[in-house]
Amino acid sequence: MRYDLKVISSWIKPGTKVMDLGCGNGELLDFLKRDKQVTAYGIEEHEEKVANCVARGLNVLQGDINAEIIDYPDDSFDYIIVSQTLQQIYRPGILLDNLMRIGKKAIVSFPNFSHWSMRLGLLFYGNAPKNPQLPYEWHDSPNIRVITIKDFRHFIKGHGFVILREADINTSRRDLSGRLVRFFPNLRATYGIFKIGRGTK
Amino acid sequence: MRLISEKKTLTIPKGINLDNGSRLAPVTLVYETLGELAPNHDNAVLICHALSGDSHVAGFLPDDPGDAHPGWWDLMVGPGKPIDTNKYFVICANVIGGCRGSTGPASINPATGRPWGLDFPVLTIRDMVRVQKMLVDHLGIPRLLAVIGGSLGGMQVLEWSLTYPEMMAGAMPLATTMRHSALAIAFNEIARQAIMADPAWNHGDYYAGPGPGTGLAVARMIGHVTYLSDTALRQKFGRRLQDKNDFSFNFDVDFQVESYLHHQGTKFVHRFDANSFLYITKAADYFDVCRRHGDDSRVKAFARARTRYMVVSFTSDWLYPTSEAREMVKAMKKNNIEVSFCEIKADCGHDAFLLPNPRLAELIRGFLDSLAGQ
Repeated sequence: MRYDLKVISSWIKPGTKVMDLGCGNGELLDFLKRDKQVTAYGIEEHEEKVANCVARGLNVLQGDINAEIIDYPDDSFDYIIVSQTLQQIYRPGILLDNLMRIGKKAIVSFPNFSHWSMRLGLLFYGNAPKNPQLPYEWHDSPNIRVITIKDFRHFIKGHGFVILREADINTSRRDLSGRLVRFFPNLRATYGIFKIGRGTK
Repeated sequence: MRLISEKKTLTIPKGINLDNGSRLAPVTLVYETLGELAPNHDNAVLICHALSGDSHVAGFLPDDPGDAHPGWWDLMVGPGKPIDTNKYFVICANVIGGCRGSTGPASINPATGRPWGLDFPVLTIRDMVRVQKMLVDHLGIPRLLAVIGGSLGGMQVLEWSLTYPEMMAGAMPLATTMRHSALAIAFNEIARQAIMADPAWNHGDYYAGPGPGTGLAVARMIGHVTYLSDTALRQKFGRRLQDKNDFSFNFDVDFQVESYLHHQGTKFVHRFDANSFLYITKAADYFDVCRRHGDDSRVKAFARARTRYMVVSFTSDWLYPTSEAREMVKAMKKNNIEVSFCEIKADCGHDAFLLPNPRLAELIRGFLDSLAGQ
């Protein structure tokens, strides 16, 4: 399993209800179901991945995550996971408000666009930067939102939510292993992972 | 290996009280079973058939030595198949109102000693399901592993899950709807009118004679078009002519699509009763889980549901389109029910659930296995 997913799963309490937005083939949910006995839900756009999730015994809905989360009542889930998906959302602010309504807590991870390799790419080569975590060309990238760890903290506070936990990680080339980054994470971390609560809102 | 299906009959002398207020007695149900019921009776899968289906869901009957008649869902049900008869005890019963052994308008009315005809009470999907429940009780099954069905069978699945919410671990409604749209009712009514306009129909009293074959064939032709799609018809027939190079300039069959529909219509007349067609399509038109279970509210309708659902729609199904399946899923979500949904890409229209489809096979297998593993 990817290192960022290992960090996320370590934050999930056993026996809870978990929704993974953009759950792919259900790798994380499957792990959480077996290891943490969670009730697992996912939303995924691609038919084939949906079928793979069903084969793993997960509850999964085929559809667009922005549209699908609207129908759930308040507090439907203990955790909503948005793993490496937020950078592909057209209106992340609306999604954040909706997901914090249906989930008591959210766990969001994203590739850090201000990693030094990205900065150097732009500074020295003048190209839209790429690295192993953000490997796409500007015109074919699914990542339409450029997020940095620093910007994300402001984004959460701006929406009136609180950051309950933050783990900035530096992963190896294939993301299977990694370590926590304590100093200058906005420069050195390849991913940011945040646990978000409602605070007083 | 040759899979043998056993055809059995259950007669319920005391009958049942129907939704229309009358009592139907006795009631006979013809059903088939495949596989073995596990010692703790927890591996039973009930399959509900569609409009023109019957209890013969898979395998071959002992009186069919030439293997001429495999079941209607032989693709999906059998040893090693998605509904694996090595693991599951499969039950499929002919609906009441039907004409394949269970009590229907062609059965003998005990009060007159003659076929019921139009004296047969108008049924609902719930009436059909309530008789199936008696069968499940009779078989000594306290709780089904799953109820699965497409189209009219999917309506029965939904009805099962709301009338007997504790009776199953999972429900799989395929290519179906919570209630018939005006479009679906419209096509059913045209089909019924075709039957009733045939003089041989004789107000449903035709069992002594040949019956309304023409009307029933036209009804089937109409129905068949609604089960296909524009793409399927283009691919299968286009504007190709049947055994000719030019138009005939008369009203014989010119186009292949005409020939195909005639063939489907004629074939149907040999195996289906026109009155059954009227009764079953009426039950489908009356079907409305929102009205029945939720005071017209979709969300309230699913408040009683306790099962896990796996809802499947097909992209080219315009009879029960994906939008209707999504409405259903939405109502389930609002009730915090465990539900999965998949829209399968398929060009072949509503009939897709009966045709070879690896994705559907994968979903059925996966869902059943996860229920069994719970």
